[in-house]
Amino acid sequence: MSVAAGIDVTAGTESAPRADARPAAEVTRGIEKMTITRALNEGLRRAMTESDRVVLMGEDIGQLGGVFRVTEGLQAEFGERRVLDTPLAESAIVGTAIGLAMGGFRPVCEIQFDGFVFPAFDQITAQLAKLTNRHEGALSMPVVIRIPYGGHIGAVEHHQESPEAYFTHTAGLRVVSPSTPHDAYWMIQDAIRSNDPVIFLEPKGRYWIKGDVDTADRAAPLHASRVVRQGTDVTLVGHGAIVAMLLQAAELAATEGTSIEVIDVRSLSPVDFEPIVASVHKTGRMVYVQEAPGFTSLGSEISATVSERAFYSLEAPVLRVSGWDVPFPPAKLEGAYLPDVDRILEAVDRSLAY
Amino acid sequence: MRVLSADGTFAPTPAAERYLPLIEGLADAELEQFYRDMVTIRAFDREATNLQRQGQMALWPPSLGQEAAQVGSARAARTQDHLFPSYREHVVCTIRGVDPVDIIRLMRGNTHGGWNPFDPANGNTHLYTLVLGAQALHATGLAMGIAFDGRSGSGDPERDEAVIVYYGDGASSQGDVHEAMVFAASYNAPEVFFLQNNQWAISVPVATQAKVPLYRRADGYGIPGAQIDGNDVLASFAATRAALDSARAGEGPQFIEAVTYRMGAHTTSDDPTKYRRRDEEHEWAGRDPIARFGSYLRGRGASERFFDEVDEAAREYANDTRVRTLALQPPEAETMFAHVYSEPHPRVQEQREWRRQYEATFDVAAAETGASE
Repeated sequence: MSVAAGIDVTAGTESAPRADARPAAEVTRGIEKMTITRALNEGLRRAMTESDRVVLMGEDIGQLGGVFRVTEGLQAEFGERRVLDTPLAESAIVGTAIGLAMGGFRPVCEIQFDGFVFPAFDQITAQLAKLTNRHEGALSMPVVIRIPYGGHIGAVEHHQESPEAYFTHTAGLRVVSPSTPHDAYWMIQDAIRSNDPVIFLEPKGRYWIKGDVDTADRAAPLHASRVVRQGTDVTLVGHGAIVAMLLQAAELAATEGTSIEVIDVRSLSPVDFEPIVASVHKTGRMVYVQEAPGFTSLGSEISATVSERAFYSLEAPVLRVSGWDVPFPPAKLEGAYLPDVDRILEAVDRSLAY
Repeated sequence: MRVLSADGTFAPTPAAERYLPLIEGLADAELEQFYRDMVTIRAFDREATNLQRQGQMALWPPSLGQEAAQVGSARAARTQDHLFPSYREHVVCTIRGVDPVDIIRLMRGNTHGGWNPFDPANGNTHLYTLVLGAQALHATGLAMGIAFDGRSGSGDPERDEAVIVYYGDGASSQGDVHEAMVFAASYNAPEVFFLQNNQWAISVPVATQAKVPLYRRADGYGIPGAQIDGNDVLASFAATRAALDSARAGEGPQFIEAVTYRMGAHTTSDDPTKYRRRDEEHEWAGRDPIARFGSYLRGRGASERFFDEVDEAAREYANDTRVRTLALQPPEAETMFAHVYSEPHPRVQEQREWRRQYEATFDVAAAETGASE
């Protein structure tokens, strides 16, 4: 695993205080330290235990446990009928999941890498997303599509992309992305419980980072955005792997006397705008940071909405830091493509200069 | 495989021998129903085409010429079976209980669906799918689930379920159809792939889709494949009944290529004179599925009164369709915000509410204008 410039992979997400922090004695009861992959694995296990209609399907997810080992041990535990090692065809994985959902199952599909989701694009956007509407409510589509996404792993083409905007643009889909082991554990269960299709984007660059998981308390609903660091000068907003980088930028800015509030969007569609708008009312400044190309992206949408809803509070235009509008480059150049702490702090400085 | 020759003579080909018990088991009333189904849907189809020409629908895909393939296969399905049509299987839908006006509502632009496949009145008939072959994967997934749940393979054909998916020679080139056959074979899904080869995918002839007869592709997936005369309703019934019963018994997916002909245009937006020869159309007119089966029934002693009565009932059916189509009201604008999701969604709710208030300003404006006059 390669590490992009500026990211301290040892910076555990547990350092992020919960907005609704509880007394320590109460919190520690169900707490366990684990990686995001392990948290997803435990969340999937719990969902499968709670309902025998939950089936996992994907390439190499059974015997091998998935190329990232997220499903490790689940086929041995639940059997080949519950954890399907499918033929290698993404459109069919999603298309047959639709048929299984018509038959009352709750399929959870794994797409092996972000760039491999496109063969399934029709089945996701023109079929899965529209079937409840086409059936005028007579059919629910409780299908989860797990996609490891984003850079920072030094991989070859099609293995480091951030395709979220294709899905947030599509009515009928819900799109979420956990950034911590705790959220991974709970959000995968909540996504499976949803009666709507959920695109579940896993920040693979953070897969192996450990953090505290409170298995007794989910703390936030699936579609809530959350303030993960309090501040007063500038609001930094992002999702997925970027959130850890925002926290790191905030730490550095604090040494220079700038107080930064950090918001983890968590749910990319729908977006919970209230905490974001409330934060901008307080700070008057906002920067959105994402790995995806900036043009017509989640950052575009959130920036526009904040400009509309917090116009009189803004001291500076909402700024964005994104991947460039070019194809994701060869891995040797990913550090020059992906936002890093320096680019984030440069945007913070620009915002403060207004 | 053929049972009736083009002139309606009972002349089974050698491949038809094994299916004869299924055909011999049909009562006269069932045979007459096949004929009634075909004549009725042709009258409806003609009426629907006319309604489109008169501006009552955005589009109509005629099923003219494909009645035998569709009636035979739909009548072969058992009550508990699931059917996934493409978008031209009008009689498949109506045989299973779907109101033909629901199909018209789809083509008229009133709805993207039309009926509820999970309402028993609609006989497990799934919605039309306009993206070619996409429904093949849904059918395979549903069939996989039936197998996983043990609702097939018990050996009881009255209880075991199976799925049939319809598509055409054009869709046979789609990746989704290929992938569906791979998955169906891998998971031994109780599914019948029913390909109507109507020779033309809009303007592209089947020779461009395939260099071998399409039924031979099934072998590559390890799926038993049969080619039938799709204009022979008895061949269609028998082959489909046998295939569905094999599938439901746990023998895995089955494949049927029904060779037929799209006697009309692809849709009302199409002009076949630009790409196919008139003599080809004449040649296939000589194999008309309704004339063929009518001759067969006459040979068995059906009375002219029967034929007259069927024609009259079909006219009434078409007329009823027309009357009810003309009475259709456009949907309320607010319905587009309904059922986008199964669970409440803030963005959809906000936009519906915003539009409501926006629309209300027109009422206020109208009231003020009225007051000032």
